[in-house]
Amino acid sequence: MNKLLLNLMLISSVILPSQGKAAEDFVYADHALHTRTLAASCAACHGTQGNAVTLNAEFDATTLAGLDKAYIVQRLIDFRSGARPATVMHRHANGLSLEEINQLADYFSHQKKIKRHVPATQTLKAVHDE
Amino acid sequence: MMSSLTDFNRRDFIKTASALGALSFAPHAIAMGKKPPIGRVVIIGGGYAGTSAAKYIRMWSMGSIEVVVIEQSPQFISCPLSNLVLGGSQQINDLTFGYDLLKKNHGIKWVQDTVTAINTDAKKVTMQRGDITYDRLIVAPGVDFNYDSLPQLQTGDAQKQIPHAWKAGWQTVYLRQQLEAMPDGGVFVMTIPKAPYRCPPGPYERVCQVAHYLKNHKPNSKIIVLDANAEIVSKKGLFTKVWANTYSGMIDYRHDSAVVSVDVPTKTVSTEFEQVKADVLNVIPPQHAGKPAQMAGLLESDYPWCEVDFLSYESKHVRDVHVIGDSVASGLPKSAHMATSQARVCASAIVELTQGREPDPAPVFANTCYSFVDDKQAMHVANVYRYDAARKIMLSAEGGGVSLAPSEKEGAYAKAWAHNIWSDVLT
Repeated sequence: MNKLLLNLMLISSVILPSQGKAAEDFVYADHALHTRTLAASCAACHGTQGNAVTLNAEFDATTLAGLDKAYIVQRLIDFRSGARPATVMHRHANGLSLEEINQLADYFSHQKKIKRHVPATQTLKAVHDE
Repeated sequence: MMSSLTDFNRRDFIKTASALGALSFAPHAIAMGKKPPIGRVVIIGGGYAGTSAAKYIRMWSMGSIEVVVIEQSPQFISCPLSNLVLGGSQQINDLTFGYDLLKKNHGIKWVQDTVTAINTDAKKVTMQRGDITYDRLIVAPGVDFNYDSLPQLQTGDAQKQIPHAWKAGWQTVYLRQQLEAMPDGGVFVMTIPKAPYRCPPGPYERVCQVAHYLKNHKPNSKIIVLDANAEIVSKKGLFTKVWANTYSGMIDYRHDSAVVSVDVPTKTVSTEFEQVKADVLNVIPPQHAGKPAQMAGLLESDYPWCEVDFLSYESKHVRDVHVIGDSVASGLPKSAHMATSQARVCASAIVELTQGREPDPAPVFANTCYSFVDDKQAMHVANVYRYDAARKIMLSAEGGGVSLAPSEKEGAYAKAWAHNIWSDVLT
């Protein structure tokens, strides 16, 4: 199925988590410090500020920058419940609080989408190892 | 107070600029010229931890903190994926990168040199070419090898014959060449030190990679694993299954088998119980915090790693000196992803502390480690870690764990992990 169409369908069916406080009430500035390091920890797979490198491979990691907040929230909740099967994302989603899921989704939805590259490889120089 | 700090920085900067002669100044630094930096952070080590800390301090301080990295190697060589060089599906030149983009994109000052002394009272680092002072120092040297019990392996010549290949580089290449030269029916012997060591699943992944190569090219060969630990340290169930199913009859695993001596000319290792002769011998020596951590007096008296405050990674012993990556004493795995996660918590804290604010009181981060079992299939161990305020340590959150089985899908994601973490730390 067309990926964009699929995404739109998923967004339209999003149900926000209930946790006493609606996700919309979340104030980003209160959590900026906590969220910036937590979000940066996703960079190993999802790239700096959520911009994953794209190599046109089937298994590129998802670029999170600029995605709809509600969509990210729903994905993480579905990974957590198992509603959406995952190789590894259920491990991460299960370790986060709902509040953190909201903060991360908010953070990534506000990041600018930037094309990122894998650095160029080089020939190993003839220097001694330790 | 503030003005004297500024004066100090200005005066010191001139001294440093001349001492560092070849330093080039990126656009960031030039633009900053109008306004003096609010502090200088010197980072020793340009591995996963050091590069991440440098980049994120520059990003989160919006260029207001001067960052100087001291790294002795001219290139970044990735340890993750380097076992695949032994298996034959990657070349060392696929894993070797330059630092130019990182420096240029973030205005990081870079010195390729070796640290010879650290004076934490004078807040001064001495390199071969001269001194540099710091407001805060980050020590990110990775691991260093302890040859106290294996003095035979101390020389470069001995390590060419019996490579550890536990820091990616020429030793990785030598070990691959030895495997290529080994006759069919030969014996590959690998020894594993007692934990903690860099990359907990790494030795067992290496066994898979060597087995993958031998199975396809030298099927009569054998692998003997001498593990100083009581059992497989990481992903035990998964590795045991892969060894039994994919590499049946090839791998002879012996636990509680610490190496006590090595005879280099005959490639023979001795444990307390036996002597084992190898055609290709790979001794991974015991490890401790890197040399600069030792120079700065950051190690514990009873074990060779560095205790830190997990909110800032500041040393518990020396003020204004932070330690990140493999040298940290913790229950956290010594992995590349972990090194970058620690680096960013440290970077965030330094940016706050330098501006008189408090760091995040409850950091949370993730770690994902993939291991390849052949040229295509990989499996993960993944956890979220949360700060425990009562115990003042990072603890794994519920929900972490390992793959059910290795798969090609995870092999592809493992490659994507590598591409993204390289992009994150090097551009």
